[in-house]
Amino acid sequence: MASNFYRILSSKRNVGILSLVGAGSITGAVLLRREHVTASAHVRRTYPASAEYPDLRQHNNCMASHLTPAIYAKLCDKSTPNGYTLDQAIQTGVDNPGHPFIKTVGMVAGDEETYEVFADLLDPIIRERHNGYDSRTMTHPTDLDSSKLHSGLFDERYVLSSRVRTGRSIRGLSLPPACTRAERREVERVTVDALAGLSGDLAGKYYSLTQMTDAEQQQLIDDHFLFDKPVSPLLTCAGMARDWPDARGIWHNNEKTFLVWINEEDHTRVISMEKGGNMKRVFDRFCRGLKEVERMIQEKGWEFMWNEKLGYILSCPSNLGTGLRAGVHVNLPRLSKDPRFSKILDNLRLQKRGTGGVDTAAVGSTFDISNLDRLGQSEVQLVQTVVDGVNYLIECEKKLEKGQDIKVPAPPKGN
Amino acid sequence: MPFGNTHNNFKLNFKVEDEFPDLSKHNNHMAKVLTKEIYGKLRDKQTPSGYTLDDVIQTGVDNPGHPFIMTVGCVAGDEESYEVFKDLLDPIISDRHGGYKPTDKHATDLNFENLKGGDDLDPNYVLSSRVRTGRSIKGYTLPPHNSRGERRAIEKLSVEALTSLDGEFKGRYYPLKSMTDAEQDQLINDHFLFDKPVSPLLTCAGMARDWPDGRGIWHNDAKSFLVWVNEEDHLRVIAMEGGGNMREVFRRFCVGLKRIEEIFKKHNHGFMWNEHLGYVLTCPSNLGTGLRGGVHVKLPKLSTHAKFDEILGRLRLQKRGTGGVDTASVGGVFDISNADRLGSSEVAQVQLVVDGVKLMVEMEKKLEKGEAVDSMIPAQK
Repeated sequence: MASNFYRILSSKRNVGILSLVGAGSITGAVLLRREHVTASAHVRRTYPASAEYPDLRQHNNCMASHLTPAIYAKLCDKSTPNGYTLDQAIQTGVDNPGHPFIKTVGMVAGDEETYEVFADLLDPIIRERHNGYDSRTMTHPTDLDSSKLHSGLFDERYVLSSRVRTGRSIRGLSLPPACTRAERREVERVTVDALAGLSGDLAGKYYSLTQMTDAEQQQLIDDHFLFDKPVSPLLTCAGMARDWPDARGIWHNNEKTFLVWINEEDHTRVISMEKGGNMKRVFDRFCRGLKEVERMIQEKGWEFMWNEKLGYILSCPSNLGTGLRAGVHVNLPRLSKDPRFSKILDNLRLQKRGTGGVDTAAVGSTFDISNLDRLGQSEVQLVQTVVDGVNYLIECEKKLEKGQDIKVPAPPKGN
Repeated sequence: MPFGNTHNNFKLNFKVEDEFPDLSKHNNHMAKVLTKEIYGKLRDKQTPSGYTLDDVIQTGVDNPGHPFIMTVGCVAGDEESYEVFKDLLDPIISDRHGGYKPTDKHATDLNFENLKGGDDLDPNYVLSSRVRTGRSIKGYTLPPHNSRGERRAIEKLSVEALTSLDGEFKGRYYPLKSMTDAEQDQLINDHFLFDKPVSPLLTCAGMARDWPDGRGIWHNDAKSFLVWVNEEDHLRVIAMEGGGNMREVFRRFCVGLKRIEEIFKKHNHGFMWNEHLGYVLTCPSNLGTGLRGGVHVKLPKLSTHAKFDEILGRLRLQKRGTGGVDTASVGGVFDISNADRLGSSEVAQVQLVVDGVKLMVEMEKKLEKGEAVDSMIPAQK
């Protein structure tokens, strides 16, 4: 599965290591519409690995937990066929030591092959981040058959809105941390082309960030659709904001219930949402839209990055597998004040965020509740988890309203 | 970025038109000079250390600039950048440095005795005097490009050199990553501590990578001579003191620099310098002397005179707020320094500051007495 490479150790004086990396994607899929690249990775090496090893003593992220000097020495002169290196992959984690309470991942992938070439580092990170998921021995189930979802209609006295998002990468093009301007523009072209083929309730329009009018911009802001240039150093240090706003844009359907971000943190982020509690319809549209887009790009000879070990391949290892976050904005005034709230969420495999998204605080007693897991369970399973979990939370809230006591549910088996 | 640029070879699979950046909203020197032809000619080149054209211009692509302030929009990753990418950098240097030609020679003069006067600026008006420059150590790549190993080697060599200084230059090094809270507070109070760059002009050029690894501050015991290690350049050297004795500040600056240079030469790592570009630094705007000599001076009346900016222009000086570049002045106190860097010597540039500030203080005094100053407005220097 690994790329072929030869390593030639030159004389001691000129401590250079010439490594020739053979082209060839790890999954054996042909890199469509692109000539073979035999990148000869001439790595400029004047210092030994020990002199280059980052100082991670103040760091608290997954990369820092697993990057030993030995692993660094083993991987530091390798590169993917496109030339992406270990130092590039870990730069964001070196530059952002992390927070004592929040453990960030601390590295990104520059292309699909990153996950194979640097597996010695990424496999333990994936295990830690995804509950012990071992891609060497396990397979990830993909299931976008939304008809399997049951009880996906929430009590709208509590649930204000429902949303499902994921990301998709176009195979054969480098990911946002590493892509060239030409590649990024190609991602935009391929995706916008495919989206233009959508019809019915999915028919919509593309708004390029570089050509948006002021009126369009204001409308998108009012609709809460517009994404802005990343300011988080987690993203900027990974190189994701380069050349902004070139080839970035937003597509949404006329009904404003299906939305695609192009070239933000991933090639594409796909979002289905609506006000109210009809998660079933949201998930139906999500699956239908995704399948349609996939069909469109396949007609032109493209496909999504996917393999049966890691599922859908995205820039951040935390989004592997389904890349799916299904959630609701739900009002839980009594339950949220109950000391057992966090434990209940944990056991339901849910997480809470403020309604501004990750790292924001809740406003009043309205929370964003979504699935914790991404990899190792299918889309249907994860959305069902959210549906069952949110229904349970609402039951708890209703019980507390009536002065009854609530139970902390048992944790899922095997956790 | 470090370790060669295999990724650059991969980009050559794409056509020039597809890779050429969209500079339609840009207002910086790079955007004004870079054409598709130049891009096409240079994009498959790299310096021996692997620095490429896209590396050079990334900061200018990411920062379109300001309608009124013209930034440079590119950086060098090593000494050879200025040669390998001269088709792009020579025109930029010409635009930035008053028409400086590729065949021009730059004069270096660090003999402080050649400065005339400068010890009699009125301390009632001139609150402080300062001279700074940068130095790059030959044989290492520059902050946008260097690896952790290189940066640490630069730090190690610099600390060795600096701690061997004695006499008025005897001092101590404070590495950023192991500073105590007490040391940090003291350095902040002394106005010595530099922080992680937040300006996207610098961060997009990769200069903040691995912060604070390999960075630190050295200063002499008298707190009048200061060196920053591995911030925007390998070394930033600063001499300063309160009051108006620019002559003394410049003496200490020149003597200290020469001492440091001798030590680096002994280690076979002199400073990057050539007779065309003078001292080679990360930003093309700092080529030549890399020198900014300036004072904090009280000019509340003159600064509101209709011809203040014209006077400064004629004196070849520029104004800044007392917080440094891009800050506003407070209470009529301005930071006045030389505008030029390349094409004139250190002595000549500091002379312009000394003479110009002296004249402006005279004008301020006249305005205080209610007298006109029109006859004192100088000719273009």
